[in-house]
Amino acid sequence: MADMQVDILIIGAGPAGLAAAIAAREDGIESILVLEREKEPGGILRQCIHNGFGLHRFEEELTGPEYALRDICRARELDIEIQCGTTVLSVSPDRVVTCVSPETGFRRIQAKAVILAMGCRERPRGALCTPGTRCAGIYSAGTAQRFVNLEGFMPGRRVVILGSGDIGLIMARRMTLQGAKVLACVEIMPYSSGLNRNIVQCLQDYDIPLYLSHTVTDIRGKERLEGVTVSRVDDRRNPVPGTEIDFECDTLLLSCGLIPENELSLGAGVQLSPATSGAIVNDSFETSVPGIFACGNVLHVHDLVDHVSNESFRAGHAAAAFVRSVPGEASFISVEDGDGVRGTVPQKIRRNADANVSLMFRPAAVYRNSTAVVSCGDRVIMKKKAMIYTPGEMAVLELKKEQIQSMEGDSITVRIERS
Amino acid sequence: MISTDILVIGAGVTGTAVARELSRYCADVRVAEMGCDVAEGATKANSGIVHAGYDAVPGTLKARYNVRGAEMYPELCRELGVPYRRAGALVIGFDEADRKTLGELMQRGITNGVKGLRMLDRSEALALEPSLNPAVTCALDVPTSGIVSPYEMAFALADDAALNGVHFDFDAKVCRLSRAEDGLWHVLSDREEYVCRAIVNCAGSFGAELHNMICDEKLQMIHRRGQYYLLDRANPQPFSRTIFQCPSVMGKGVLVSPTVHGNLLLGPTAEDIDDPLDTATTADGLANILEKATRTWPKLSTRTNITNFSGIRAHLPGDDFIVGPVAGAAGAFEAIGIESPGLSSAPALAEDLVRKIAEAMHLQKKKEVVPCPHRPKPFNEMSDGEREAAVREDPMNGTVICRCEVVTEAEIRRAIRRPVGARTVDGVKRRTRAGMGRCQGGFCMPRVAAIIAEETGCSLAEVTKNGGASRLLSGTVANYLKEGE
Repeated sequence: MADMQVDILIIGAGPAGLAAAIAAREDGIESILVLEREKEPGGILRQCIHNGFGLHRFEEELTGPEYALRDICRARELDIEIQCGTTVLSVSPDRVVTCVSPETGFRRIQAKAVILAMGCRERPRGALCTPGTRCAGIYSAGTAQRFVNLEGFMPGRRVVILGSGDIGLIMARRMTLQGAKVLACVEIMPYSSGLNRNIVQCLQDYDIPLYLSHTVTDIRGKERLEGVTVSRVDDRRNPVPGTEIDFECDTLLLSCGLIPENELSLGAGVQLSPATSGAIVNDSFETSVPGIFACGNVLHVHDLVDHVSNESFRAGHAAAAFVRSVPGEASFISVEDGDGVRGTVPQKIRRNADANVSLMFRPAAVYRNSTAVVSCGDRVIMKKKAMIYTPGEMAVLELKKEQIQSMEGDSITVRIERS
Repeated sequence: MISTDILVIGAGVTGTAVARELSRYCADVRVAEMGCDVAEGATKANSGIVHAGYDAVPGTLKARYNVRGAEMYPELCRELGVPYRRAGALVIGFDEADRKTLGELMQRGITNGVKGLRMLDRSEALALEPSLNPAVTCALDVPTSGIVSPYEMAFALADDAALNGVHFDFDAKVCRLSRAEDGLWHVLSDREEYVCRAIVNCAGSFGAELHNMICDEKLQMIHRRGQYYLLDRANPQPFSRTIFQCPSVMGKGVLVSPTVHGNLLLGPTAEDIDDPLDTATTADGLANILEKATRTWPKLSTRTNITNFSGIRAHLPGDDFIVGPVAGAAGAFEAIGIESPGLSSAPALAEDLVRKIAEAMHLQKKKEVVPCPHRPKPFNEMSDGEREAAVREDPMNGTVICRCEVVTEAEIRRAIRRPVGARTVDGVKRRTRAGMGRCQGGFCMPRVAAIIAEETGCSLAEVTKNGGASRLLSGTVANYLKEGE
């Protein structure tokens, strides 16, 4: 027995949850509830005070909070109910959501559709198995960003950054601008996993060296961090003895990858993809559990918030359609990852797709002057040539609904062909 | 100068167990601890096993205290509200030599009074633990082996002692011990100076150093480091019991064990090192664990690794505990060389040692003991109905601070307000599990730090990870910009 009922319940009021809510309301769904565990909506954008957001969607350069504010204002205009300070504890396969907040206590809410928009978390040191001491001064880049931008405190003075993910690059610049010395950015892969514009604007512009094919192999300091050792790695990512460089630093920031936060999804019985660590979805962003949808970084880790919003509008529309109609038995075309392609979303497309479908994926390595190819058996359906395909940037291929409706096979494959 | 009847040196599981036993007598008792919290030495970094007692050589103190301690654990943990589970254990063998060793262990266990031991053949072992290496040929089944949260044990013992009048001083490393002509002990620490009738050396890795200050029979301690992997919770875990390999002269070997919180522990290594505070992990040590643990669990994957850590065993060449009065130093008592099975032995060791102290000092038992307060069930383990009631009772249970381990604001504030409360981020972590989960505090650490600052009345910049110079932050953004001008 539930304490209340809603048509669409959305978990998370970051950019994904907000966009999904706006789309569903614009489609005429009255009963929408967005649950947010922070005290304010906006998600991780609240602490991303740098600019560069919204170039695609608004054709303007906004800061994170400005970008979020546009969606928050739109949600307010549409009178969408966002309950902050509320933590969701569980989601059941039949869409009963339990949550707690100091104001409303413990509640069970029955929803006709649930949209998962919980975002992602950062990979911690433990996941890297880096040896050394366990002193203070080692933070994920996002934690440091929160301290500097939201709390007004500096995590340290001399900084090494492990990993070249976008948050790490942004924090290299941020710490430098606030008076800290960033000694190095160290990346185990032979290429950066961040956006190229961030390499240029956050490292090169401040003469911060980027050590590719290097990693941290020792951490020193009993109480506070005193230094780290950085070593070159071979092509199997094993440290090469004799290549050690010691850095004296009091801070090590980790920017070694993001993991979609799917504990609630798993509890609901949602099937996850090993390639994305997010849910397996069809072109309407519906997961393996009927009526549960997923969008944004909880589905797969995006490079640009613009893509998150786009995807989430679609998820919101799809959830609205689900609430309003009893869907018939659908037949699907499965989407497979081919050479050079990792974690294409969606993993399934309805044969009778009623709109164009964006296939999104991360290239498995750096490919220059190459072509992304979508094929069905021997038949090539579309090709897209690019100067560079790189893991740091999401590749997007737009399939027309006519192309989908005329498809004959049971599966399509996405691959990258070197020219 | 602080005057007290008895000064216990060290607040690990041994020192806190001794302090709790002493608190039942009419005497002023203080504990001087060099770390910033209870359980800062070997107690926070060991396998968390309550050994059944088959491993210790019959007739040793290790055997005696282990078997008695293991008997005391279930009831004591219930009383103190400490997580404990009789998980059982298997010691596995791969060849005839191992089978012989297991037979010897079984005999030893029977001599020591361990109940329920039996030899299993390959198929019986695999039936109990299907994730075991199929190359296993035999196993010793140890149904009375238990698992416990070692630091939570020490926190609970300390709280109970404090409620019964024991005072704890932290950051108080003892650097000089001397006995004055009036027979009183003068103890100099880097924080306080104490004058007392009796001292009890429970100083773990530093036990021999203190012993040698006051006794002509010198001891040499060997600092033996053990490194570990801690893997994420999983349901079900591949093993429900603790799995040991055959022991060697260096210790009980690498184990694979569930923890009371549903994680999986792999380790420890055994390396003799010079510095008793060097709890770093090393690439070689970590590789060594994986190599050995793979023999128990061929499908081992570190993909879900949460953290690596290490602890230091206080090993004596004689391979047994030294417990009792210090020879030639009236009023001085000691518990030295407390390595495995030290955690299992702590309650029995404390019971025995305190009996001796009480006799020597003619202490009277107190008429009334303050009972240990009821410890509420962790929010994470509550049913929906219990959660509903918990939030109604205290709205701060409605704010979840640690999402991985589902720890609420009410629980964190309570941990800081305990009799021997948390003062650091690690102190909160070990008392509540906030930050113990898969994100390793990435999300909750700033929030925990802010609550500590508020509760203890300091600035966020003064909050430490683990005491001393382990401050989380180096100042405000505003001050940095001023300095830069």
